[in-house]
Amino acid sequence: MLELNQVSKSYSGVCALERCDLSIASGQTTVLIGPSGCGKSTILRLIIGLQMPDEGSIHFGGQRLEPARLSDLRQRMGYVIQDGGLFPHLSARDNAALMARHLGWSDERIATRINELAELTHFPTDALDRYPLQLSGGQQQRISLIRALMLDPEVLLLDEPLGALDPMIRRDLQADLREIFTSLGKTVLMVTHDLGEAAFFGDTIVLLRDGEIVQQGAMKQLLREPADDFVRRFIQAQRSPLEAMETNR
Amino acid sequence: MCGLLLAGNCFAADERAIIVGSKNFTEGIVLGEIIRLLAASTGATVVHRQALGGTRLVFNALVSGEIDIYAEYTGTLTHEIFAQNKPASNAELRDLLAESGLVMSQPLGFRDNFALGMREPVAERLNIRRISDLRAHPDLVFRFGTEFTERGDGWPGLRSHYGLPQQDVLGVEHDLAYRGLAAGDVDLTDLYTTDAEIAYYSLRTLEDDLSYFPPYEALLLYRAELAQERPEVFAAILGMQGLIDEAQMIAMNSRVKLDGVQEALVAADFLNESLGIEVVAKSSSRIERFWRYTRQHIALVAISLCAAILIAVPLGIAAARWRRLGHVILGVVGIAQTIPALALLVFMIPLFGIGAGPAIIALFIYSLLPIVRNTYTGLTTIPTPLLESAEALGLPSGARLRLVEAPLAAVSILGGIKTAAVINIGAATLGALIGAGGYGQPILAGIRLDDVGLILEGAVPAAGLAIMVQLLFEWCERAIVPRGLRVSTRT
Repeated sequence: MLELNQVSKSYSGVCALERCDLSIASGQTTVLIGPSGCGKSTILRLIIGLQMPDEGSIHFGGQRLEPARLSDLRQRMGYVIQDGGLFPHLSARDNAALMARHLGWSDERIATRINELAELTHFPTDALDRYPLQLSGGQQQRISLIRALMLDPEVLLLDEPLGALDPMIRRDLQADLREIFTSLGKTVLMVTHDLGEAAFFGDTIVLLRDGEIVQQGAMKQLLREPADDFVRRFIQAQRSPLEAMETNR
Repeated sequence: MCGLLLAGNCFAADERAIIVGSKNFTEGIVLGEIIRLLAASTGATVVHRQALGGTRLVFNALVSGEIDIYAEYTGTLTHEIFAQNKPASNAELRDLLAESGLVMSQPLGFRDNFALGMREPVAERLNIRRISDLRAHPDLVFRFGTEFTERGDGWPGLRSHYGLPQQDVLGVEHDLAYRGLAAGDVDLTDLYTTDAEIAYYSLRTLEDDLSYFPPYEALLLYRAELAQERPEVFAAILGMQGLIDEAQMIAMNSRVKLDGVQEALVAADFLNESLGIEVVAKSSSRIERFWRYTRQHIALVAISLCAAILIAVPLGIAAARWRRLGHVILGVVGIAQTIPALALLVFMIPLFGIGAGPAIIALFIYSLLPIVRNTYTGLTTIPTPLLESAEALGLPSGARLRLVEAPLAAVSILGGIKTAAVINIGAATLGALIGAGGYGQPILAGIRLDDVGLILEGAVPAAGLAIMVQLLFEWCERAIVPRGLRVSTRT
C-alpha cells in the first residue's frame, strides 16, 4: 500500500531520516515509535506531502508521490494530528464537511456521511454545531477523526492522536479507536511515543532511532528478541513504574 | 449689453465653467468672489476654487489651465514669479506672461504693499519709525507669514538690504503672527497695507526708508485663450479695472476679518454700490455648509480607502505568500507612510495638479501600510498546524486562502482597515490645502479669520466622523468575524 525507498530528509542540516526503507501492509495498523526527534513524525509528513523527501521515493498504491499528484492522493488519505488541527472559525460539522463541500458533494450526502461517522466515533450529534473551542479535548479528536474519514480514505495517518488527552479520556478513545480500525479494515499508520499504546494498536511496530529503523515486527517479537541494546533499554524505560514495584516486592 | 447678455446666456449651456482661483488670504478670496459675481452676471457658469494655496501653487495652476483667472500683484510678479528674469517694465512683464499664454489686466486701483508693522506703544517706547531703526534692536522677535520668510522679495532680501541683525525670526501662519503681536509674544510682523488688522490692533507701519519694497499694484491674471473664446464674460470681469481704491479694499477686508461677514456677501455689496449690478450672493447657512463639507470629506475618505483596500489586501496576501517579495512590499509602503501627510499632498501637486484628485491619491498611498501590514501579520500568525491541516485535506491553495486563511486573518485585516480609515479621516482635513474641500476647509478659513466657531465647524464633525467610523467597524467585526473565533468558553 505504502512504500518508502531509500528516503532521506534533513531539516537545515540536521538529518531527520536516513535512507529509510519501509513497507506498510494494507489493512493493518502499523505503529511508528521511538524517542523524540527519531524521525517518526517526519515519515507521516512525507507521506501526506507536507514535506518532500531530499532523496529516495515514496509510492502510494503503486503511484509515486509527486507535487502535481498531491492534491488527488491526499484525498485518499486521512490525517489527524495531536491537537486535532480543527479550524476554530468553523463548527464541528463544517470542519468535517469542508473538503467534501469543496468537491461538490450534496448537502444531503454530507449530512448522511457525518451522521454515520458521528455514530461510529461516538460523537454526540447535538455537539456537531458547536465550535472547536466549545468542545472537550476528546470530542475535538473525534471530530478530527471524522474529518479525516469523511472521504472514506484508504489510509489513515495519525500523529500522536491521543497525546494531548488526560488518561481517562485517553483510555476511552483508545478503545473506540481500535474498534473503529477493526471495523473499517483500513490501512492505519500511527505515530506514538507510548509503548503501551503501540502494543494496544499495532499489528506491526516500527522502532526508530536517529532517523533509522532499528527494529520492525510484532510487539511480542520486540519483547522477546530485541535487535540490540537500545531496543532493550527503550522497552525497559517504558515499563510501568507500578509494574516494576510489583515485581520487586 | 443686452445682446451680450443674451449671447452669454445662449452659450452658457454648452460652454465649460469658468474657474476662478484665489490665494489663501482674505483679500484674494474677496477679489475672487468679485470676479465670480461679475462673470456670473453674464450668465456664464463660474466656479471659485477658494484659498488654493500660496503664490507659486496658484500661478502654476493658472499656467496649467486648472484655473482661468485670479488676482495678483505687480510686485509679486516682478520680484517673485519672474525674479530671475528681472522685468524692468510692464511691457517686458506682459511679454513674459504671454510666453505662458497669460494676460494681465490694467490695475484694479489699489496697492497692497508689503510693510513691517509693530504695535504702536512698543514702537514708541523703542523709538522705531523707519526700518533702519531696527538695526539698533537685535533682540526683537520677528514672526512673518510663511510666504514672506521664503519669497525672494521677502525677508531674505530685506535682511541683506537693510543689514538687519535679528536672529529670532520664524515663519508662521500669517494670521497667527497677528495674534502673537496682539498678545505681546511677537514684536514685529510683515503686513499688507490693506490689512484690516493695522487699524484694529493699532499697528505702526515702519517707513521703508531705503526703498526696498516694490509697489504691489493689484491686477488680474488670466488665460489669453479663454479671454478670446469668451469676450463677453471677460468684458464684464474687466469692469473691475480701476474700480477699487485702497480705502474700499481695507473696508472689505475688515468686514470679512473683523465683522465675520462672508466674502461672497462683501463682494456682492461692493458690486451693488459701485456698479449698481444687482447680484444676489448666496449666503450658505451653517447646515448647508456642513452637508457640503461632509459630502466632500466622505467622498475623499471613501474613494481613497476603497481603492486602498482593493490594492493593499492582495499586496498583503502576496507579501505573506512570498516572503522575500513581502520584505520589499512592506519596505516600500512603510517608507510611503513616513512621508508627512502634508508633504505627500504637496508632492502630488506637480504630478496631478490641485483639487480632490491628488488629495485622494495621497490619502490612498497613506492608507496602504496599515492594511498591508495587518493582512500580512494576520496571515503569517495563523498557527502552522492549522495551515498544515488545510493542506493535508487536499484543498488547493486558492481554496485554502478563501476557506481557512482569510477567515482566520479577518480580525487582523479588519483592524488594519479600521486604523487606515481613522488616519484617513484626519489626514483628509489637510486636503483643503490643495483645494480638495472637506472639513479642512472651515478649519483653514477659521485659522485665517481667527474664528474659533469656524474651526470647530470642521474639527467637531471630523472627530465625530472618526468615532462613527470606529463604531461602524466594530459592528462590521461582529458581522464579518466568524462566530467560532469569538467564543472562548467551553460549554
